[in-house]
Amino acid sequence: MAFYIVQFLTGLASAASLFLVASGLSIIFGVTRIVNFAHGAFYMLGAYVAFTLTEHWSGALGFWGGIVAAALVVAAVGVIVEILLLRRIYHAPELFQLLATFGLTLMVEDLVVLIWGPDDLLGRRAPGFKGAVDFFGQNIPSYDLFLIVLGPVVLGALWLLFQRTRWGILVRAATQDRDMVAALGVNQKWLFTSVFAVGVFLAALGGALQIPRDAVHHAMDLRIIVEVFVVVVIGGLGSILGAFVAAVLVSELNAFGILIFPTISLILVFLVMAVVLVVRPWGLFGKKEAPVRRTPGLTVIPWRALTSLERLAALVALALAAMLPFVGGNYALTVGAEIAIFVIFAASLHFLMAVGGLASFGHAAYFGLGAYGVAFLAKLAGLPMIACLLLGPLLGTLGALVFGAFAVQLSGVYFAMLTLAFAQIVWSIAFQWVAVTGGDNGILGVWPEKWAASPSHFYWLSLGVAALVVSALRLITFSPFGYALRAMRDSPLRSEAIGINGKLIQWTAFVVAGSTAGIGGALFAYLKGSVFPDNMGISLSVDALVMVLLGGVETVAGPIFGAIVYKALNIWLVSQTDLSKLVLGIFIVLVVVVFPKGIVGMFESITYRRRAAPPKSPVLAAKMEGAQ
Amino acid sequence: MSLGVALLSVEGLTKSYGGIHAVRGVSFMLQAGEILALIGPNGAGKSTCFDMLNGQNVPDSGRISVMGENTTGRKPREVWRLGVGRTFQITATYPTMTVRENIQVALVSYHRRLFDVWSPMASIERGEADRLLDLVGMAGYAERPCGELAYGDLKRLELAIALANHPKLLLMDEPTAGMAPRERVELMRLTAKIAREQSIGVLFTEHDMDVVFEHADRILVLNRGTLIAQGSPAEVRGNREVQAIYLGEGLLYDSRHREGASA
Repeated sequence: MAFYIVQFLTGLASAASLFLVASGLSIIFGVTRIVNFAHGAFYMLGAYVAFTLTEHWSGALGFWGGIVAAALVVAAVGVIVEILLLRRIYHAPELFQLLATFGLTLMVEDLVVLIWGPDDLLGRRAPGFKGAVDFFGQNIPSYDLFLIVLGPVVLGALWLLFQRTRWGILVRAATQDRDMVAALGVNQKWLFTSVFAVGVFLAALGGALQIPRDAVHHAMDLRIIVEVFVVVVIGGLGSILGAFVAAVLVSELNAFGILIFPTISLILVFLVMAVVLVVRPWGLFGKKEAPVRRTPGLTVIPWRALTSLERLAALVALALAAMLPFVGGNYALTVGAEIAIFVIFAASLHFLMAVGGLASFGHAAYFGLGAYGVAFLAKLAGLPMIACLLLGPLLGTLGALVFGAFAVQLSGVYFAMLTLAFAQIVWSIAFQWVAVTGGDNGILGVWPEKWAASPSHFYWLSLGVAALVVSALRLITFSPFGYALRAMRDSPLRSEAIGINGKLIQWTAFVVAGSTAGIGGALFAYLKGSVFPDNMGISLSVDALVMVLLGGVETVAGPIFGAIVYKALNIWLVSQTDLSKLVLGIFIVLVVVVFPKGIVGMFESITYRRRAAPPKSPVLAAKMEGAQ
Repeated sequence: MSLGVALLSVEGLTKSYGGIHAVRGVSFMLQAGEILALIGPNGAGKSTCFDMLNGQNVPDSGRISVMGENTTGRKPREVWRLGVGRTFQITATYPTMTVRENIQVALVSYHRRLFDVWSPMASIERGEADRLLDLVGMAGYAERPCGELAYGDLKRLELAIALANHPKLLLMDEPTAGMAPRERVELMRLTAKIAREQSIGVLFTEHDMDVVFEHADRILVLNRGTLIAQGSPAEVRGNREVQAIYLGEGLLYDSRHREGASA
């Protein structure tokens, strides 16, 4: 019994940091409507800065002063970020905000390695809390007890801050209606900046307080942000009490999940999240959001099918691409095949996020499932390559069927967070379930058969499949189904009022997108000859988002150009610099801020402006007179 | 008016939010070809009432039937399949599609082709879409992006979309809100003409009393969630309680003021 109580107390202690970070995210979201992906990065930065400060400052005062000073330093960094970056994207679509803050995360990851080095750092123990307390024969670190008390104390302090101070009242008012608050003469700019600073302070404090418990390392940002997303999805974005309750719940599930499913402990958290979403889609303490706002500044250029001239041009381009084996060497062909595969991947995500308006932050899950599907079939079942290529992607289909059913219940940032959490669950299963997936070592030796083994043959295979998939998705986009999907994106209210079962349409689209991503993953497994958990990692999901964004999210042809340009740049970049994350992060932020329409989007808006607007109809007046 | 089953029959409709009774025991009937106005001051419960009629909102108690079929608590899309079209107070259309495509979406839904993934939309129900556009006087607008339309045109487009499933009943929530006075009259005349020709029953809410008294066959007056009067325009106009709500109590006792106000 004592063992379970200790396990419970350990869970409570872990909840403290999680709550600090999640409440910061919630406060920022409440006022600015930005889901700050970089929150994990600020948490990590808090830990690193606190490590350095507590190493240099001695004594109890040095330690505790160092913790608080670290949080203040990081909050100051947050203020700079807010002023330089976020102020430019408050009115951008949610997707752009998530991506820009993810770009920040990438930059921070490389920067901490530059400054503190790649090794894990072990921080000082907290003065006064170095020992352990004996509890019926079980030891509890006294620092854990300190954290258990700290959580409710911070919750109370935040409550006082928001209920009893003028600033708190303004923040609550802005959470309800920020335009009204601005109209009442409140300086919105500084209100936003101060809110962001408080949110970042909480995240950094959460990170700093972890150093006596855990090693500081440069991957702790992604781990915490996924847990935080799970917490706010369960607790409800914008609710501090929800963040507290959900942080406790998730931490306890983790603490006890390890006892029940030692290898795949995340399963328990996932099951609870699924139940919460079915019962209360907006979280335990969340409020149902108003329908997603239309984004101002969004140019509306109606999509149209290709003209016969454009179709011809596309065929010529495809024929030219098919000539590559006659001019390029083996390296060029391998790169070419990889680009073709990423065209498939980007096109599948584009179908979901541009046609369907559902920006998935975990699309790599289905790409990776397709790859693992092939690996299982080829290595375990020993099926021939054709059968593997046809059946392997079905694992992606299956994943999309299950996760899609939950994900389409939500929209906007909730959808993004949930898909990310799902992808992370799939990733951790691949990572932890070593007996089946090989864990970190992956599954090796998935080589194509003789007929497809030469680089030129494999290139032609990839190019052909890419052409087929892109054409099929384009056909669907311009079919009644594609229009029904766009209808749900544009106006769920109108769609329901004309008999469209929107969730069913979106679920089907999710499965289509997951299956096509699986096709890309299946080819990718053969290209690399192996599969690894990283084939479904966050960075791959974000690669796909950037490809779609770079090509132009409001265009139909965007993902093709985006994938080609981005993948070519990426391959070149990795060969040129060790700081590829830093460069990529800067690149993402620049695209979002300077070039939001993307390559094809820019081109289209130029040609569209040239065409004259059609004249007003004279029939109208006649009709109205007739009616009278 | 035909005997037999009413097109729309509402009995004892009730809805409260917390302690606020938004709608209390509202009952009325609507016959085919009839134009019925639902009026009342702000906060009277018109929109709540409306949302319950097409399934947007679920009543606490009461019964709604469309052509004899119980639709209480059904989803909007199911109510629509029974032949109930609806327009919204704040227009809900598809801004990234062209005007014609907006109607085509409603048409493929009506013909149950939403899961068709192979046929190009451009060739589906084009003639029918253009006929509907012509009907509401927007024939020349087919290729225009819907996001570029003026507000009055959006209202007419919504009418065309609502007509796509050959409705028996049209629900129009403030069809002329936000329109210029001339446009209001034109839109309501057009609606009345279509309703008479196709024998469609129309229920609409409206704040503009000129529009209401010119076009409604019958008027329902809602105040604080309760129906306080119903009848022909003349009857409602003469009802003292209605006058009190719309004109203010004091004026009833001072006819000179009243004349002064209306002059």
